[in-house]
Amino acid sequence: MQSVLDIKNLTVRFATADGEVAAVSDVSLSVGKGECLGIVGESGSGKSQTFMAAMGLLARNGRATGEVMFGYMNLLTAKEQTLNTVRGNKLAMIFQDPMTSLTPHMKVGRQLTEVLVRHCGLNAAAARTAAIEMLGRVRIPEAARRFDMYPHELSGGLRQRVMIAMALLCGPELIIADEPTTALDVTVQAQILALIRSTREEFNTSIILITHDLGVVAGLADRVAVMYAGRIVEIGDVDQIFNAPRHPYTKGLLACTPRLDDPATATLATIPGQPPNLQHLPRGCAYHPRCPYVMDRCRVESPKLLPTGAGQNACFLDDLDVRAAS
Amino acid sequence: MWSYFIRRIVIGIPTLWAIITVCFFLMRLTPGGPFDSEAPVPPEILTNLRASYHLDDPLWQQYFSYLGNLLHGDFGPSFKYRDFTVTELIAQGFPVSLQNGAAALVLAVVIGVFLGIVAALAQNTRRDYAVSAIAMTGIVIPNFIMGHLLILIFGLWLKDSIFQLPAGGWEDGAFANRILPVVCLALPYVAYIARIARGSMIEALHANYIRTARAKGLPFRTVVLRHALTSAMMPVVTFLGPATAFILTGSMVVETIFQIPGIGRYFVQGALNRDYTLVMGVTILSAALVIFMNIVVDMIYSVLDPHVRYDEAAS
Ligand SMILES: Nc1ncnc2c1ncn2[C@@H]1O[C@H](COP(=O)(O)OP(=O)(O)O)[C@@H](O)[C@H]1O
Ligand SMILES: [Mg+2]
Repeated sequence: MQSVLDIKNLTVRFATADGEVAAVSDVSLSVGKGECLGIVGESGSGKSQTFMAAMGLLARNGRATGEVMFGYMNLLTAKEQTLNTVRGNKLAMIFQDPMTSLTPHMKVGRQLTEVLVRHCGLNAAAARTAAIEMLGRVRIPEAARRFDMYPHELSGGLRQRVMIAMALLCGPELIIADEPTTALDVTVQAQILALIRSTREEFNTSIILITHDLGVVAGLADRVAVMYAGRIVEIGDVDQIFNAPRHPYTKGLLACTPRLDDPATATLATIPGQPPNLQHLPRGCAYHPRCPYVMDRCRVESPKLLPTGAGQNACFLDDLDVRAAS
Repeated sequence: MWSYFIRRIVIGIPTLWAIITVCFFLMRLTPGGPFDSEAPVPPEILTNLRASYHLDDPLWQQYFSYLGNLLHGDFGPSFKYRDFTVTELIAQGFPVSLQNGAAALVLAVVIGVFLGIVAALAQNTRRDYAVSAIAMTGIVIPNFIMGHLLILIFGLWLKDSIFQLPAGGWEDGAFANRILPVVCLALPYVAYIARIARGSMIEALHANYIRTARAKGLPFRTVVLRHALTSAMMPVVTFLGPATAFILTGSMVVETIFQIPGIGRYFVQGALNRDYTLVMGVTILSAALVIFMNIVVDMIYSVLDPHVRYDEAAS
């Protein structure tokens, strides 16, 4: 499959008062045309920073190395000016908190039209028409009236729809949605997910869906990458991840996710132990202090992400399986 | 919204009254009187003078007659400049202070905001430190030293060069005579505004909506000027409310150093001479201006930040 975004050996480091922190370590992945890739993991596992690096939005103390190819452009080395020709145009991002992600003192309409004016060269009148039409397409009722409103006059769900409309304006090839539903009420969450699903079909856009909630990914993603302590620990088809998870962390995450087909009596499990501290990562596999299957080897050696079946997995248990089979 | 501001103005009246009252009695409690510093006056003339200004009436009676006159817009006669009423003196001095103050204010806002933005965008670089150094200098050097310093440099050292400027005097508001006092008046405000603007711009640039604006591929200049500047200006506006009132009513120090016939100089002389009515007049004018400017600031807020809706807040 032709890929839209290709990340190779991406590492993101932050300079902090207590020394350097690697928020993302050696991440490689790619997203195919029209594909929806889910990125899951506990908060702090480096999901956001992976794609902030790709968008050129790292904080000042952050540095990215590796390669992020979007078409023929390496986003990591492109100049800001060059980057600005694709950002918001063919490569769009939606953020977690719709309450604070829109400029409070500008009308919603202006925040949409400025994208069209910038990237599509529309004049003010044409941009207005196109923006109102897009607001309608993301099912905002009374789009023309909402166009002239300030963000605080809209509900959280509507604001996230505005963000989605903004992302769709220039017909993007890839939309990165970073926890697009996390800040919303449960019922609104479902509506926004439905909207993302239908835009994907309607616009044939590739989508990267970042979430800490496996449930969000289940009905939407084709493939899922699981991140832990800045690394991808497992990546595979959505069915495989949900029905035959290989990495102990994936299994742990699944056990924490309520499922509709669970018996009602089942209690929600949590993964025991502390989420990893990036400043003091344990030797060996970062997950080993919490892993129920921990072996001696895990404490000294870091497992590589290797192909297993349809996907990839970074766990020494796979070696055992292979040996047991032979 | 208008009803809110009208209400604010109405509420300002008792505030002003309280200030007038406190000021009136405080001044009478201060030792000394308006005719003390004069060359020895024959006792009978002094008695006549005191009588003509009603200074021998009971204090409460003086207070009420003063209030009564105020209601008719009459600030009373000056004790010192006996041929003038206070209203006339204010009418003479206030326009001068107002012009200088307005010029200084514009200068301070334009340069201060510009420096603040430059520093914020170059955070923790040499450029940023340079702006901070300028700002600290402007803040720590008091007006009366800065004034004399400017006179020393431009009036004395650069004398007979093209940079020479008058060391003082007003000459009916000749342009050259205005430069040094306006600069001297503006400098501390440039410094404060630069510091405030730097801090609020840095904070604004960290907002989530700035991330959105950058993710939209807007040029950085647009991100700063269109998306960040408005919220970065809020603290500057807050500072400007009272600052405008002070700067417009003239700086006593600057007007004294540069011998400018503004209202600030009258205030100093009035205070030294126990010119009760003149000091009262200038104080009332300043207080009214402070109250008014605070209301203006709230109005500007409601323009800058669409969240601010005074009808809701009031109901
Ligand atoms: N500017 C920064 N300076 C230092 N550390 C940072 C900075 N930004 C993010 N981090 C660290 O990077 C790690 C990964 O963050 P992030 O990618 O946002 O996690 P998440 O998976 O929840 O999206 C976190 O532990 C966070 O503390
Ligand atoms: Mg995140």
